[in-house]
Amino acid sequence: MSAEEKVPGTPAPETPADDLRVGVYVCHCGSNIAGMVDVEGVRDWAAVNLKDRGVTVAQDYKFMCSSLGQELIEKDIKERGINRVVVAACSPHLHEKTFRTACANAGLNPYLCELVSVREQDSWVHTDRAAATEKAKAILSGGVERVRHHEELEPMRVPIHPASLVVGGGIGGISAALELANAGYPVYLVERTPSIGGHMAQFDKTYPTLDCSACILTPRMVEAGTHPNITLLTYSEVEAVKGYVGNFTVTIRRKARQVDEETCTGCGVCWEKCPVNVIDTEFEAGIGYRKAVYVPFAQAVPKYPVIDKETCTYYLKGTCRACEKFCPPQSIRFDQEDEILNVEVGNIVIATGYQLFDSRRIPQYGYGRLPNVFTSMEFERLSNAAGPTGGHIVLRDGVTEPKTVGIVHCVGSRDRNYNAYCSSICCMQSLKVAHLVKEHTGATVYNFYIDMRTPSKGYDEFYQRLMEEGTIFIRGKVAEITQAAHSPEEEGKLIVQVEDTLAGAQVRIPLDMVVLSAGLEPQADAKEVAQLFGISCGFEGWMLERHPKLDPVATMTDGIFVAGCVQGPKDIPATVAQGAAASARILGRIQQGEMELEPIRASVDEEKCSGCRICNNLCPFSAIIFHEDRMVTEINPALCQGCGTCVAACPAGAISGTGFSNEQILSQIEGLLLRNIVNAAEREAVPA
Amino acid sequence: MSSYLYYPGCSMDSSAKSYRDSLDAISGPLGLDLREIDDWNCCGATEYLGTSRTPAYALIARNLAIAEQQTDGSRTLVAPCSACFLNLAKADHAMVESPAFGEQVNAALAAGGLHYDAGSLKVRHLLDVIVHEIGLEAVKAQVTRPLKGLKLAPYMGCMVPRPDYDQRWESHEYPREFDRLLAALGADVVDFPLKTDCCGGHMTQISPPTAFEMIRRLVDNATRAGADMMVTLCPMCQMNIDAFQGEMNHFFKTSYHMPIVFFTQVMGIAFGREPSSVGFGRELVDAHPALNRIGRVEAKTDEEAPSHARVPRAKKTQGLPMPSMADYDEVKL
Repeated sequence: MSAEEKVPGTPAPETPADDLRVGVYVCHCGSNIAGMVDVEGVRDWAAVNLKDRGVTVAQDYKFMCSSLGQELIEKDIKERGINRVVVAACSPHLHEKTFRTACANAGLNPYLCELVSVREQDSWVHTDRAAATEKAKAILSGGVERVRHHEELEPMRVPIHPASLVVGGGIGGISAALELANAGYPVYLVERTPSIGGHMAQFDKTYPTLDCSACILTPRMVEAGTHPNITLLTYSEVEAVKGYVGNFTVTIRRKARQVDEETCTGCGVCWEKCPVNVIDTEFEAGIGYRKAVYVPFAQAVPKYPVIDKETCTYYLKGTCRACEKFCPPQSIRFDQEDEILNVEVGNIVIATGYQLFDSRRIPQYGYGRLPNVFTSMEFERLSNAAGPTGGHIVLRDGVTEPKTVGIVHCVGSRDRNYNAYCSSICCMQSLKVAHLVKEHTGATVYNFYIDMRTPSKGYDEFYQRLMEEGTIFIRGKVAEITQAAHSPEEEGKLIVQVEDTLAGAQVRIPLDMVVLSAGLEPQADAKEVAQLFGISCGFEGWMLERHPKLDPVATMTDGIFVAGCVQGPKDIPATVAQGAAASARILGRIQQGEMELEPIRASVDEEKCSGCRICNNLCPFSAIIFHEDRMVTEINPALCQGCGTCVAACPAGAISGTGFSNEQILSQIEGLLLRNIVNAAEREAVPA
Repeated sequence: MSSYLYYPGCSMDSSAKSYRDSLDAISGPLGLDLREIDDWNCCGATEYLGTSRTPAYALIARNLAIAEQQTDGSRTLVAPCSACFLNLAKADHAMVESPAFGEQVNAALAAGGLHYDAGSLKVRHLLDVIVHEIGLEAVKAQVTRPLKGLKLAPYMGCMVPRPDYDQRWESHEYPREFDRLLAALGADVVDFPLKTDCCGGHMTQISPPTAFEMIRRLVDNATRAGADMMVTLCPMCQMNIDAFQGEMNHFFKTSYHMPIVFFTQVMGIAFGREPSSVGFGRELVDAHPALNRIGRVEAKTDEEAPSHARVPRAKKTQGLPMPSMADYDEVKL
């Protein structure tokens, strides 16, 4: 290839400058890499073939990430004058920091180190050892070419705002908020519905101890509602998030309650007088009623009601105003409007929870068609003393106690037609339902399960207890629930058709009532919420954690944390633990006062910028400023996250990203294609 | 006018003559142009497939091969009979799934100078085409005599919703498309839990008591659900429940009277046709008493003004409210 044909920006083949001394380290990762790649072969190849590219040391080691492996690098920097380091090992997600720190310990600027992945992108995904070895050489060569163009960089330090935002007022959000507030820092707790409490407030009892859900939840709700460090924003939603870790500006819409919170005493006269009765599909799961002006439940925090404008007669027809007429402190405000609030926070916890699988999606189970098929959430309200039946477990007619009850596990879970995953809480919840039915009614109870999953403290003991109580367990997936009787005994009953896989027989069991243990699903708008906060959702819609095992609390966006079911199905103890863990992470940062940011940033060469403004609207972090007077664009380095969108978009090539300069990227490609080697061979073949 | 290749199958000219007459009556108004393929042969029904695989599939694939030859635009082959539909679809599917088996079948066809490219035709049931291609709006537009007050049990039988190679139905256990079609005619559709159960097939010839019990369950449940008539899309189902209902009653000493007709027949009535012109009168369990429920409505009444965004209000009663199925039952006349 002649010099004239070269792509602009491609570095000319050069002889290594005297001061470039590259150390190459190839990791075996036990057999993870060495099992598919000839590690020693790659090392020897680099020592010979990359010598004229500056490689002066090439080593291999069983585990480069071990202390001894790191010491190899440190020793070479100190004793052999290595000033560029390339480690061929795992993904930079895992150990980039490890090797950068090793370099820094030996006095080398950490950004002069490059980690290339020969595991995730090579040994783990190939089955041909010879080809995988050749690929490892190419990847390594790319890393060497790239590191030649690395510069010394200094991390930026940003202050951390001491306030935090917690989104979602269920038990996860409440726990996170209380941990932060009790440590002495301000918290904004935002909840979409009129009260905090979440799903836990709807439950009757909690497994395996059967303590009353409200009794353990409401003290925490009250604490969150009255805590001097917590600003409670219920009936509110986050509309926009700007900024970056330590310095977020969050726009929150406080929806109009149509009630003046300053004067309202929560006395309840308004909902007593309201003539509009509405089926409560939220708190009462559709089996109870509320008024058009209401608090969702007696212990709601805050105590102020809201007026539901969809059903209120005044908003529909312009008349009524009964609540206003009778309100003792005159707190009804029909003209109240939404308020927009901007708050500054350093960190954000997302704890927006889950929604229940819609059982109507499995028509052969008859929910919505057969009156006495209930969902698990309907059952919670049925058995709850504060629920619509005062805790009496009755059929849909409102009076008859069931004598036989079946509980169907895995409704919408572990089913490739709906959700493949296990919802993790339903086995224990079904056991709880079985116990409550027996306790309240003495009915015969069947559990139809696929597998029993009770792996936590005290959980399997609860299962044993249920078996001793005489609950009947039938292992098999329910085929259908039908009213179609085959025999006189089945007349008027719900018949569960199921294969009893332990007995190896098809059975039909006539029952009075069936409870469907519906699985958990991500909230319907989980994807939009994730987008709002700049994080991502997995395939199923659960929000993605930074690492599934080692960092299940943070996300890929610095300063945004997840807690509770928003990250995946989990029960109350796990949710509370995750909320506390998120807070612990945030508290550590707040106490440091500031944190280091990667110096990977974009910057504009004002000489080259034509002022076309193509990049101006592309920045997802609003880091780009346009100077009208000089007609040039500038990038705010504190806001820039180094995503590279503007770099790629700039038609003049005026924007470059530190750590990802055109030179670095194009050299790495040259290296991957092994053109440097070919060029070296050509140079040798053709005497100058 | 949407044109399709059409494979009638042998029952359309014999036991299911009322299916053919009523289909003839409604295809014009629906813009359904069914072009019968020349020289078709028996689909093999249900027995032949169980005896010898290659000859059985070759027998079926001969129809696919000649249909492919006669293709003029449409590559969709429509069958009104469930068994014909399933056999044609099954043969096509088997040849696609196993090219080696496809070659065997084609080797057999080659003896007659024929060849079928597996997967080149789409095999669909008549109901599927009417519901999904013609559409319920087009059906509604033809209704001049809404079947208001006539309680119908939609009986799909087992072979159309399963195995459903092309995923045409929203559920294989409890599909609702047939219910919606009948609702579009203005009929009162009852919740018929056995809508996809088997009618017994040829069990009437092999073990009559077994068949009678299967027929009894269907007729009994339709009766309990309050249906005036069962409506089917399958000549086999129609014959079993109609022709064997008397024997079944005799066997169990019962006195069920549950007429069963083809969906095209009730569509014909809703489109304003005379009952006799759409095959009524050929059934053995007389459907006229049921039909009299809709009386002699001459013309379609003006559509009720659409109710504006209805507010979910509720009267407090002792019973607990049922879950709303509003978004699941959108299609009502």
